[in-house]
Amino acid sequence: MKELVVETDGLTKRYGERLAVDRVSMTVERGEVYGFLGPNGAGKTTTLRMMLGLIRPTAGSASVLGRPAGRPEVTARIGALIEGPGFYPYLNGRDNLRTMARYQGLPNAEVDRVLEMVDLADRAKDAFKGYSLGMKQRLGVACAMLGSPDLLVLDEPTNGLDPAGMADMRALVVALAEAGQTVILSSHILAEVQEICDRVGVINQGRLLRESTVAELRGAATLRIRATPEDTALAVLMRMAGDEGVRRVGNESLEVDLPASAAPEVVRQLVSRSVDVHQVTVAERSLEDAFFEMTGTTSTEQELVS
Amino acid sequence: MTAFLNSTRAELLRLRRWSAIWVIIGAGQALTLSFGYVFNYVAYKTGDDNFAEDGATSAQLLAELMPSAIPDVIISGLPMFGGALAMVVGALVAGNGFGWGTWKTVFTQGPSRVAAVGGSLAAVTVLVFAMMSATLVLCTGVSVAIAATEGQTIAMPVLSDLAASFGAGFLVLEMWALLGFLVGVLAKGPALAVGLGLVWSLVVENLLRGVGGLLSGVESVTDALPGTAGGSLAGAIVGGPNGTPGVLDAISGERALLTVAAYVLVAGGAALVVMRRRDLA
Ligand SMILES: Nc1ncnc2c1ncn2[C@@H]1O[C@H](COP(=O)(O)OP(=O)(O)OP(=O)(O)O)[C@@H](O)[C@H]1O
Ligand SMILES: [Mg+2]
Repeated sequence: MKELVVETDGLTKRYGERLAVDRVSMTVERGEVYGFLGPNGAGKTTTLRMMLGLIRPTAGSASVLGRPAGRPEVTARIGALIEGPGFYPYLNGRDNLRTMARYQGLPNAEVDRVLEMVDLADRAKDAFKGYSLGMKQRLGVACAMLGSPDLLVLDEPTNGLDPAGMADMRALVVALAEAGQTVILSSHILAEVQEICDRVGVINQGRLLRESTVAELRGAATLRIRATPEDTALAVLMRMAGDEGVRRVGNESLEVDLPASAAPEVVRQLVSRSVDVHQVTVAERSLEDAFFEMTGTTSTEQELVS
Repeated sequence: MTAFLNSTRAELLRLRRWSAIWVIIGAGQALTLSFGYVFNYVAYKTGDDNFAEDGATSAQLLAELMPSAIPDVIISGLPMFGGALAMVVGALVAGNGFGWGTWKTVFTQGPSRVAAVGGSLAAVTVLVFAMMSATLVLCTGVSVAIAATEGQTIAMPVLSDLAASFGAGFLVLEMWALLGFLVGVLAKGPALAVGLGLVWSLVVENLLRGVGGLLSGVESVTDALPGTAGGSLAGAIVGGPNGTPGVLDAISGERALLTVAAYVLVAGGAALVVMRRRDLA
C-alpha cells in the first residue's frame, strides 16, 4: 500500500448556518500531484486551511505526514500558498523571503535558490507592493518551496498569471513532481488539472464528490454520430448502449457511450435499418464534461436525451 | 525555544526595514527634544519666565537643562506622547498582519503560534528598548552640549537614579506597546486599534480622572487604569507632578509599578492566548 501523506476523516467546517466543508474524507499519496477541483465557493481553500491548522475543524480530523494537522512539527514540513500570497508590502521580495526563512531557521542562500526557481531573482530588490499580480503569486510559490518541504500545498497557484506564466508554473510543478515532490494543487481550471495531476478530488458545495485518477474520471472514450433520420438512429443506438448511454450533443450529433472498437458494428446496425450515416468520430470525454456532470451544473451544449 | 528565537530574529528583520517604525521613533525623539530642551532653552535665553512654567527662575530653568536632570527629562514625556507612540507601534505590528495575510504566512512556516506571536512580542520589546535608549542618548548629548555652551560644570546624574528612570520609562512604554499589540490583535487591524487606543489613552482617561475628582467610586476605577499607573510611575520618579501633562501622583510609586507590570503581563499573555486559538481565515 502506498504511503499516505494526507488523510482526512469526515472533515467538516461550519460557518454559522453554512457548511463550508461537509464530511470530506480524502487521501493524498506520497509522490503524487493531487488536483483539488471545484467551482468557486466549493470549500477548497477551507479544506486546505484545516490541513494546515490555520482554522479548526468543526468535526472530523485531518492527519498530515502521519500526525494531526496543525502541529508545529507537521507544519514545518509543509510549504503552502493559501488563498493568495501574504507578504509585507514595504519589504522587497528577497527580504520578505528572508523573513520567512528566518522563521524556519534557514540560511539566506535558500532564498536565492527559490527565487531562481520562480524566475524572480532579477526583481527581488523591488518592493512587494510594486509587484504585479503574477509576480506576487510567484513569490508566494517561492515561499512555499523554502526548505524543500515534504508536502507542497498550492491553492490556485496560477491565479492571476498570464498564459506564459501559467505554462511556467505548470512546468515547475511537473518538474517538482518528477523529482518526487508530493503536491496538492487546488484549481478550477480543468485543463490545468488534466495536464499535470495524477489523481483528483472533486469537491462541490463542501462535499467531496469523487476521488480518482484523471483517466477514470474522464471515463472511456465515446462515439459521436451524425445520422438521419435521427429518431430511428436514436432507437438503434439506445438498443446497443442502453437508454442512459446516448446523449444528444448540439443539434445534429448523438454521443454514445461505446468504445472506438464498436464503431463498425454501430455503422452496420444503422445502415441495416436504412439510416444514413454522415459522420462517426471517436470523442474523448473531457474532464470538463465529467466535471459538469458531477457538479450538476449542466454544460450549455449538452443535455440528456429523455 | 529555537522556534521562539527564530521568530524573534525574523520579526526584527522585517521591523527594522519598516520605515513607519522609524518615523514613529523619530517623532518620539523630536517631541522629547522640543519639550525637554528646545522650549525651555529658548525660554531661558530670552528670559521670558512665563514661557515654560509659572514663576520659574532662570536658575531653575537652566538646572532642568543640565545633565543632572536627565532622569527627569527622559521619563516626563512618556505618559503622554511616548505612550501614545508606543501604542501605535504595537497596534501596527500586530494589526497589519491580518489584512496583509502575513500572520497566515508566518503560521505556516513551522514555529508554533505561541512561538511566533511570542517572537513578535519580543521584537516589539526590543523596539521599545531601542526607543528608550535613543531618548537617553539624545538627552545626554543635548544636555552636555547645553552645559558646555553655557559654561556650566558637567555633572552626570547618579547612576542609580538614571537606571531607575530608564527602567520605569521602559516599563511604561512597554505597557502601552503591548496594549496596542493586544488591541491590534482583537481588532484584527491597525486602524481601529490605533484610533480607539489613542482616544482612550489621550482623552477618555483624562476625562475619567476629571470626573473621579468629584466621585469617589469613579476614582477607584481610574486608579487602576494604565494611564494613571504610567503617569504615577513617572511622577514617582520625578518627585511629583512637574507640570508636564500626564505626570501624576494619583497612586503611590510602588502601586504604580505593580499596576504597570501587571498590564505588561496581562496584555502580552492575552495576545498570546487569543492568537493561539484563533481561526485565521
Ligand atoms: N471565514 C468565513 N466565514 C464565513 N463563511 C466562510 C468563511 N470562509 C469561507 N466561507 C464560506 O465557505 C464556503 C467555501 O469557501 P472556500 O473559500 O473554501 O471556497 P473555494 O473552494 O476556495 O472557492 P474559490 O475557488 O472561490 O477560492 C463559501 O461558501 C464561503 O462563503
Ligand atoms: Mg479558494
